Amino acid sequence: MFDSASILVGLEIGTSKICVVAGEINAAGALNIIGLGQARSRGVRKGEIADAALAQEDVRNAIVEAEQMANVEIRSVFLGVTGNHVRGFNNHGVHPVVSADREITAEDVQDVIKNAKAINLPADHTVVHAIRQHFHVDDQNGILNPVGMYGARVEVDVHVVHGHVDRLKNPIGVVQGLQLDVDEIVFTGLASALALLSNEQKELGSLVIDLGGGTTNYAVYSDGIIKHTGVLAVGGDHVSNDLAYGLKVPLGRAEELKLAHGSALLDDSAKGQVLSSPGQLGLPAKCVNLEHLHRIMSLRLEETFGLIESELSHLGLLDQLRAGVFLCGGGSRVPGLLQLAGSVFSLPAFLGKTNSISGLKSALDQPEFATAIGLVKFGSMQHKRKPANGFADGLKKTFAEMFKR
Amino acid sequence: MTTPLEIPPAPAIKKDLCLKVFGVGGAGCNAAAFAAQAAFERVDFLAINTDSQALEACSAPAKFVLGSSCTRGLGAGGDPDLGRAAAQEDIEKLRGFCTGADIVFILTGLGGGTGTGAAPVIARLARESGALVLALAALPFEFEGPRRQLQAQIGLQQLKAAADAVICLPNQKIFKLLDDKTSVLEGFRISNSLLTEGLRGICRLLTHTGLINLDFADLCSVTRGRHAASLFATAEASGETRAQQAMEKLLAHPLMDGGQVLTESDSVLISIAGGPDLMMSEINKLMEPIKRQCENAHLIFGAAIDPQFAGRLSVTLIASSRPQPADTAGAAAPAREPGAAGCPPLEFLDPAATERPASRFIAPAPALSDEKKEQLFRGQTGRSRKRSSRLQKELPLEIVFKGRFEKSEPTVRHGEDLDVPTYIRRGVPLN
Repeated sequence: MFDSASILVGLEIGTSKICVVAGEINAAGALNIIGLGQARSRGVRKGEIADAALAQEDVRNAIVEAEQMANVEIRSVFLGVTGNHVRGFNNHGVHPVVSADREITAEDVQDVIKNAKAINLPADHTVVHAIRQHFHVDDQNGILNPVGMYGARVEVDVHVVHGHVDRLKNPIGVVQGLQLDVDEIVFTGLASALALLSNEQKELGSLVIDLGGGTTNYAVYSDGIIKHTGVLAVGGDHVSNDLAYGLKVPLGRAEELKLAHGSALLDDSAKGQVLSSPGQLGLPAKCVNLEHLHRIMSLRLEETFGLIESELSHLGLLDQLRAGVFLCGGGSRVPGLLQLAGSVFSLPAFLGKTNSISGLKSALDQPEFATAIGLVKFGSMQHKRKPANGFADGLKKTFAEMFKR
Repeated sequence: MTTPLEIPPAPAIKKDLCLKVFGVGGAGCNAAAFAAQAAFERVDFLAINTDSQALEACSAPAKFVLGSSCTRGLGAGGDPDLGRAAAQEDIEKLRGFCTGADIVFILTGLGGGTGTGAAPVIARLARESGALVLALAALPFEFEGPRRQLQAQIGLQQLKAAADAVICLPNQKIFKLLDDKTSVLEGFRISNSLLTEGLRGICRLLTHTGLINLDFADLCSVTRGRHAASLFATAEASGETRAQQAMEKLLAHPLMDGGQVLTESDSVLISIAGGPDLMMSEINKLMEPIKRQCENAHLIFGAAIDPQFAGRLSVTLIASSRPQPADTAGAAAPAREPGAAGCPPLEFLDPAATERPASRFIAPAPALSDEKKEQLFRGQTGRSRKRSSRLQKELPLEIVFKGRFEKSEPTVRHGEDLDVPTYIRRGVPLN
C-alpha cells in the first residue's frame, strides 16, 4: 500500500529504552509520523551493545510494535549511534581551483570536502559525519554554496564526527541480524538537535542536550551551522547507581525512587523528610532520607552539565548560544532540571519540543522519542537531497504502472 | 644553623658526585650485580646480604655479610625483624659504608627478611651521614602469597619514611612482558634489567647537567609523600624516527599500563637525553602526547645533551599517581626542602616512625582486598596523633564499588572516574 521508499524509520538502541519511529513522506513532501515502537533495553551499557543477543530481541520487539502501529513492513532503518568513543571536532580543507576560467564546479566542492575529511584520525576510527559549515573562496568568508562562483582557491570548514570502527559495527550487526538494512548511521546527538531545533533557533545559537540512560549527547548550533558535538558517557544509569550506593538500596529500588521522588534541585522542603518504602517480595522495608536523595541526584546532574559547560566555554561557544539550552531524553523529565540547566549555563533552558513535524501527538510530546524522530527527519532530509533518485524512482514507477495496464 | 653555609658549593657537587649503590637482600644483590656489569661511571656497588652462601654466588664487586653473629650467615628466613636486628648489629660498619657518599641508591626486593628489614635501617643511616637516599624496590609477585605482599607493604611504608624517594617496581607487572615459554631466570633478569634501567636513567638525570636541568629536588617533588608508589619507565631509540619510537616504547612499557598511568598520575617527571643532534621538534613530538594524556598533572621536564648520545635518544619518565591533599602538599614541601640541598631534615628521622616494630601491625584477614588491607594499615599507623602531625597526612581511602559499571569501560574525564558517584568524589557528607 505504501511505496517503501517513502517510509522512513528511525531506530535508537538506547541504554534504557529502544525507540522506533516510523515516518512517511506524504504527497506534499512533508514528514508525518505514523508509527511508534518501544521496548525496554537490557543488552546495552553506556550507549553501546554489551549483550548482542538480548539487544537483538529487544530491537525486534520494538520494530514489531512500530510495524503494527503504522501498518507497514519495515525493511531499513536509520540507526542512531553513540558511545564514549564518538568524538566531534572541526576541521579545515583546502583545494585549488584548476579549471581555466576559475569557476568553481561541483567536483571542486567534493574535492575540498574530501580533503577536509582526510584527517589524522586514530587508526581504528572512521568518519560518521562530515558536515560542511562554511566555505571560503580566496579571502571571502562565510559562503554557503560556492558552486558557480569564481576564485583561485576554495576552502571549507567541516564538522567531523568520528568513532571506533568495531564499536560502530556492533549495533549495525544487531540490526542486520534481524534482516533489516541500515540506510545510514547517525550520531544521536545530531539527530536530537535535528528534531528539536527550528531554523531560527539554529540561527540564533542553541545547545541541545540529550540526557539518555547511559550517555549524554550534546550538539551546538550557531549561525545556522553545527559548531560542536560531543558525548559524555554519563546518564540516568549513573544517577540510579549513585542513589543505590549512597542510599544503600538495591538498584531496582533506586530506579523507582529516582522516578517517583527525584529532583535536580535541593530545596528546604525536603529537609528531614523520610520516605519509607514498604517491604516487597524479597526486599525489606527501608527508610530513605529525601534530602540525601535530592543531594546525590543534584550533584550528579550538576556535574554532568558542568562538564559540558566547561567544554563549551573552553571552545568559546557559550557566548554564541542566544536561543538557549534545549533538553530532551528520558533524563529531562527530572523535576527541576530546567532550573538547574539554566543556572549552570546562565541561559534560558527549555524542554525540547519536536514542533516541526506533524503526526502522532503521543510521540511528539515525549522527550524520549526526540532522537528517533530526529533520525526520521535526517532520513527525510537525505530523501530530499537526492531528488534525482526520487525522480528516477518516480519514473520507474510510472513505467511499471504503464506496463501493468 | 649551618644549612645556608652548605648550599653554595652545589654546582661543584654536581661535577664529581660520589654515588653508591647498595643491593640489600637476595633480590637487591642480584640487581646490584646485574647493574655493576652494566658499567656505570663513577658508581660504587656493594652487595649486602645476611645469607653468606647467596652472597658468595653473587658477582657484585664488593660484598658484605650482614649480622654474621645473629644469623650466623644463614639468612633472615623471610623474617623482617631478623633482618632489622642484623642491620642493627652491624650498624657501625654500615655507617662506615655510607660516609662520603653524596647519593645512595638502595636496590632491594621487598617482602623477604633482609630487604624488608634492613633496607629501611640502611636508608636511615645513609641519610644521617648526609647523603640523599633513593630506594628502588621490587615488590613480590602475586604468587608469592599474601604474607609476603603484606610484609612488602609494611617494608615500603618504612622505607618511604626513611628514604628521600622510593620508586617501586611491582614484579607482577613484568608478567606482561613474558610469554608462556619464558624461563624463571629470564623473568628475574627482566626484573633486574628494569631496575637497572631505572637506576641508569636516574643516575644520568642527577649527574649530567642538562640544558633544561633536573636535579634531585625535582625528583623528590615527584616521588615523595605519595599514597601510591612512583613508577618509572625508560625508553631508548635511535634512527630517523627515534622520537616516535621512543614514545611508542615508553607507552608500551609494562609499568605504564598502556599510558593509563599517565592519565591517573598527578605528578610526572620527564627527562630527555640526546646527542648534539637532538631537535626541538623531537622534544615537541615526545612531549605532545604526554602532555595530552596528563592534562592535570604537574609536569617537570628536563633535557640534557650528551655527546655519547649522538644519533640516539633516551627518555626517562617517573610518575606518581593519586592526588595529594592540597594542604599537605603546601605544608610538607618546604619542610623537606633542606633535604634536597644536602642537609637531612632530622625531624623526619623520628626513630619511632621508622623503627616501628612489625608486631604493632595487626594483620588483616587474608580474604580482604589489597585496598582494604592498605586502609587498615593506614588506620594503624595514624593512631598516634603526635607522630601523624609530623608525618605527611594521607586521606583515608574509600573503596567505591561502581555497581553496574564495575565491568564496563570507565568514563574518565580530566583524570576523574565519572562512574564513581559525584558526592563521593566531591567529598560531600551525607549524615
